[in-house]
Amino acid sequence: MTGTERGEAYDPGPLLLGVRHHGPGSARAVRAALDAARPAAVLIEGPPEADALIPLAADPDLRPPVALLAHAVDEPGRSAFWPFAEFSPEWVAIRWALEHDVPARFIDLPATHTLAWGEALPEVGPGGQEEDPRSGTGGGEEARGGGGGSGEETRGGGAGGAEEACEAGARGGAEARGGGAGTEEAREGGASGGAEARGGGAGTDGFAPGDEVRVDPLAVLAEAAGYDDPERWWEDVVEHRGPGTRDPFAPFAAVAEAMGALRERYGAGGRPRDLVREAHMRLRLRDARKEYGPAVAVVCGAWHVPALREKTTVTADRALLKGLPKTKIDLTWVPWTHRRLARSGGYGAGIDSPGWYAHLFHAPDRPVERWLTRVAGLLRAEDRIVSSAHVIEAVRLAETLAALRGRPLPGLGETTDAVRAVLCEGSDVPLALVHDRLVVGDVLGEVPESAPAVPLQRDLTRRQRSLRLRPEALERELELDLRGDTDAGRSRLLHRLRLLGVGWGEPARSRGSTGTFRETWRLCWEPELAVRVAEAGVWGTTVRAAAQAKAEADATSATALADVTALAEQCLLAGLPEALTVVMRALADRAALDTDVGHLAQALPALVRSLRYGDVRGTDTGALAGVAAGLAERVFVGLPPACAGLDADAADEMRAHVDAVHTAVGLLAESLAGPRDRPGHGDRDSRGGGLRERWRAVLRSLSLREAAPGVVRGRAVRLLLDDGALRPEEAARLMGLALSPGTPPAAAAAWIEGFAGGGGGMLLVHDERLLGLLDGWLTGVPAEAFTDVLPLLRRTFSAYEPGVRRTLGELVRRGPGDRSGGAAAQGAAIPGFAVEADTARADAVLPVLRLLLGPDPDPDPDPYPAGPAPVTPPGPAHGTSHGPAHGTSRAPAPGTPRDPAQGTAHDRTEHGTTEHDSLAGVGT
Amino acid sequence: MTVSVRPTTAETDRDDKAQALRPHAEHAFAAELAALAAQDDRPRPARWRLSPWAVATYLLGGTLPDGTVITPKYVGPRRIVEVAVTTLATDRALLLLGVPGTAKTWVSEHLAAAVSGDSTLLVQGTAGTPEEAIRYGWNYARLLAHGPSRDALVPSPVMRAMAEGMTARVEELTRIPADVQDTLITILSEKTLPVPELGEEVQAVRGFNLIATANDRDRGVNDLSSALRRRFNTVVLPLPESADAEVDIVTRRVEQLGRSLDLPAAPDGIEEIRRVVTVFRELRGGITADGRTKLKSPSGTLSTAEAISVVTSGLALAAHFGDGVLRPGDIAAGILGAVVRDPAADRVVWQEYLETVVREREGWTDFYRACREAGA
Repeated sequence: MTGTERGEAYDPGPLLLGVRHHGPGSARAVRAALDAARPAAVLIEGPPEADALIPLAADPDLRPPVALLAHAVDEPGRSAFWPFAEFSPEWVAIRWALEHDVPARFIDLPATHTLAWGEALPEVGPGGQEEDPRSGTGGGEEARGGGGGSGEETRGGGAGGAEEACEAGARGGAEARGGGAGTEEAREGGASGGAEARGGGAGTDGFAPGDEVRVDPLAVLAEAAGYDDPERWWEDVVEHRGPGTRDPFAPFAAVAEAMGALRERYGAGGRPRDLVREAHMRLRLRDARKEYGPAVAVVCGAWHVPALREKTTVTADRALLKGLPKTKIDLTWVPWTHRRLARSGGYGAGIDSPGWYAHLFHAPDRPVERWLTRVAGLLRAEDRIVSSAHVIEAVRLAETLAALRGRPLPGLGETTDAVRAVLCEGSDVPLALVHDRLVVGDVLGEVPESAPAVPLQRDLTRRQRSLRLRPEALERELELDLRGDTDAGRSRLLHRLRLLGVGWGEPARSRGSTGTFRETWRLCWEPELAVRVAEAGVWGTTVRAAAQAKAEADATSATALADVTALAEQCLLAGLPEALTVVMRALADRAALDTDVGHLAQALPALVRSLRYGDVRGTDTGALAGVAAGLAERVFVGLPPACAGLDADAADEMRAHVDAVHTAVGLLAESLAGPRDRPGHGDRDSRGGGLRERWRAVLRSLSLREAAPGVVRGRAVRLLLDDGALRPEEAARLMGLALSPGTPPAAAAAWIEGFAGGGGGMLLVHDERLLGLLDGWLTGVPAEAFTDVLPLLRRTFSAYEPGVRRTLGELVRRGPGDRSGGAAAQGAAIPGFAVEADTARADAVLPVLRLLLGPDPDPDPDPYPAGPAPVTPPGPAHGTSHGPAHGTSRAPAPGTPRDPAQGTAHDRTEHGTTEHDSLAGVGT
Repeated sequence: MTVSVRPTTAETDRDDKAQALRPHAEHAFAAELAALAAQDDRPRPARWRLSPWAVATYLLGGTLPDGTVITPKYVGPRRIVEVAVTTLATDRALLLLGVPGTAKTWVSEHLAAAVSGDSTLLVQGTAGTPEEAIRYGWNYARLLAHGPSRDALVPSPVMRAMAEGMTARVEELTRIPADVQDTLITILSEKTLPVPELGEEVQAVRGFNLIATANDRDRGVNDLSSALRRRFNTVVLPLPESADAEVDIVTRRVEQLGRSLDLPAAPDGIEEIRRVVTVFRELRGGITADGRTKLKSPSGTLSTAEAISVVTSGLALAAHFGDGVLRPGDIAAGILGAVVRDPAADRVVWQEYLETVVREREGWTDFYRACREAGA
């Protein structure tokens, strides 16, 4: 460029380069203009406190996307971000200045004021987006109380910062876009989740009275140009301009002129705070010109250009800046991601398609062809057949579409339509992949170690101090009693750090007590954990907020149902009830789409555990209960069909699932029915009861389902019997059915395993009718089948307590009465035993017994003295085994001499009730 | 070589055509097409009656500079029409995909009418569509009398479209047997149709293109070979965007059908229609209307057309066996039949939906009971 050109650049004063933040076309133009004008200093819109951090941008370890993070020193939760991507005009300007050894300065209002603004003006300022989120979320957060607030606050601050920094589409775009949310929202058909929506709209801001006068300058310009979509207009006019040999200043002049006209018409566009910021920019600009001469370039949002050109007096500007609130702040670079630059990422810096913009910025020429080739490459890598011919057709379609729509070049919309119609065969599924990987992109920024500490580290240090938990390299164990406040706080901190991947403490098995109020941790602070903390800095500025954001992100990205359930448990442990709502949603979604009943059945117990745990802690677990109940319903519906056609292993697994669900349903029904005094939950009781009823119906249908494997059917009968939901006669009938000669012996043995396995021995001891059935069947098994059946039976019976085994053995040896012989037993109406004791026969034994035992006055001899003795102990020791085990073991008063037949009948009734009680008591 | 293949019937009076029970698009909207052609000063691809812009306007509706109002033919995303028109302009074949009732045929007819002024070059695809319907057949009397000759050859609509540079249409492409489908490959890639019996070929004239419609979610369809698929640009026509729009469509069609079947009008039908549409939309979309719960989707298509048939049969039930009012019980069986196509998997989907969504929903108790009874 010639000297004269350079001179011209400064003719009307400083070189004002009005840009749109994150606009690749703007960035390219800025570079061209700076190359041509070669200013003595570059001024950039951004917090002046960050001036000291600019040299770090030359560090090769600092790789965009990165963000400047400003946070209040005494309150790390109050923060703001200024993200920079490689294609951000500001970043280009910084790099240009560093490469050419030219001083670069930030000139926006200091962050010390902008961060304080939020708290000073709790009412929603009609000003720029940047302060809105803060004030918008502020109220709710305060109401929620300090602890809960911090997460919310960071988020607000983040969104705010993002806005602030890039002012979303630029003060050509973003600011210009004014309320931002408005147009964007309209364009995306109300798709929210956008930063602006979250930032501005979350608060009352979107509906503030001041909003009506707020202008979207870009929309006004676009409308004048005949575009219905302001974004697209800006893209066509500015961003899609390729590198040209045209006058490098012309586009800026045109934009400035257009903005000038707008500012004339609309003034500050309904954002008075901009006036204050612009006053500060003018002051800084004056200082710079004093220092470096007239050859100064300013890179700022296009919206501000007219204001910087305005002739005002220093005193007038100073007056505007007087009395601004202040807060002590600190700044640093933090790594950023493309996803975060995209609106869908949550924080949102105001662009939908960072990947596409980066491509536009980097592509030397033929951006559409290159882009579609990249898309084809991605699809090929995912095993879709995409030929070069496809790409050619896609390019043609995109170009013709652009012509049809009257655009100079195909934009993202046209290329996406072309990709969908040609490369994806009309399907949106591969298109989603393209959007995720390319349009947004998985780019992660990096920050050198020399960057100042992130606020997360600061927050962690503060918490460590207040909880008196010093980071030590030496490994040690820590016992926490969660009933104490400090220990509970420590536990929460450690759990939160674990969520963030900072493995300072690992939970260890408690040595002494198994109570839920104790936790044991193994602590060890490794130096690289500091790096982990820095990495976790992307998630938030406080441990709590970061853990919450991380948990929410994990929940949405988790693939397995069990992962989400585990996350729910972790959230409860870490005391993150806000994250729990997101996790629960993810859980409900996964559960709805998971077709494997096994997964659902696995997830249910953990969820119910969380529910009870939450209840104990007094957290509101309404959402959790709802999800758990929904999950249970899905299991109920899916379980019977899933039981068909299983092999032995799968059947065993299914039996385990049935057991787990049974326990879980018991607990869940109780949890739903439990807190009757809670207001607004009047229907809970019936819900809980209904749940149990429906589960019983499922068990009943399972027990009768021929297609279900024997072990599952047997278990279903057993569970029903234990619950008192099945009369013993009915159980006996079902057992008779299962053991009838028509059933193959192996299947019958499996039924026995399901029915009598896992503590079912007591049942056989006390219901001799069942034992008789079993005995009769076993003696009837043909010799050739016996060897097949033996391992199954052995497995079933070897699991019994030795005492139970002995009792059973003795019962069998004694023989259940006269008609105990195999075939004969089956013929009887109630096989095995007489309905009533044969007293005549019993009397006949008495003289001999009396002779044996000596002259005892007791007329009622104990027929099996060895039996009951070993029966007593297993009760409490059986902690983990099934409810029924307790019940049955407690039921008979050992040693009470009884007539065998009467005893059975008596036991049966007693058995029923105790069963019930014990089940209800399992969870308490 | 040129060949006159246009049937003489096409010469009949245009007014007669407009009197037909269902006039072709180019006759029904002749005035609009003429107005568009008169105003259209944009470049037109070879043998197009209108420029691509004008074609898009014809389909999407609008007002011309002279005040002529063009009625919208397709109400839906603008993008769809733009991509479709552009595809035709770039000389690629267009495949319109969608479940029944998404106006595939309607769009294809109007596109052909606007681009070529003739929507009648149509091959209706069925399981019995022979190769002759796509290539050419023979007039056997002439063939036997005079031997193979041009005169004995009976061209297919596709062949005629190629010779004249027109737009051919193939309806229900996926119902055509796979080997017959593949005859299109040469036509679409080489743009020529060899006639080996005569040692000749028919080369496509500029302006020839092909619009196919297909239903990819139905049972009993023949998937396109990937070789053929590659030669199409695909546009998926979406289902009605909002529940209200769909309720509207269903109500209107049900009324029409009801009249022709002489069913008495149901006074309170709208509530049940809304319910049917809600159930269909929720199961189809895999998410509840409030967007809070995800659902599994059954294997059936659950198209709007099926919703219409569920309501109509419900009305018939109510009229003949009930008290004339459409009640939940009348539609329950129909819904069950539409949803549960696969007795194992779909039944689970349906029961989950019943138990987790319908049971809890306010005002749906009767429907829930009716469905439980129907499903038992």
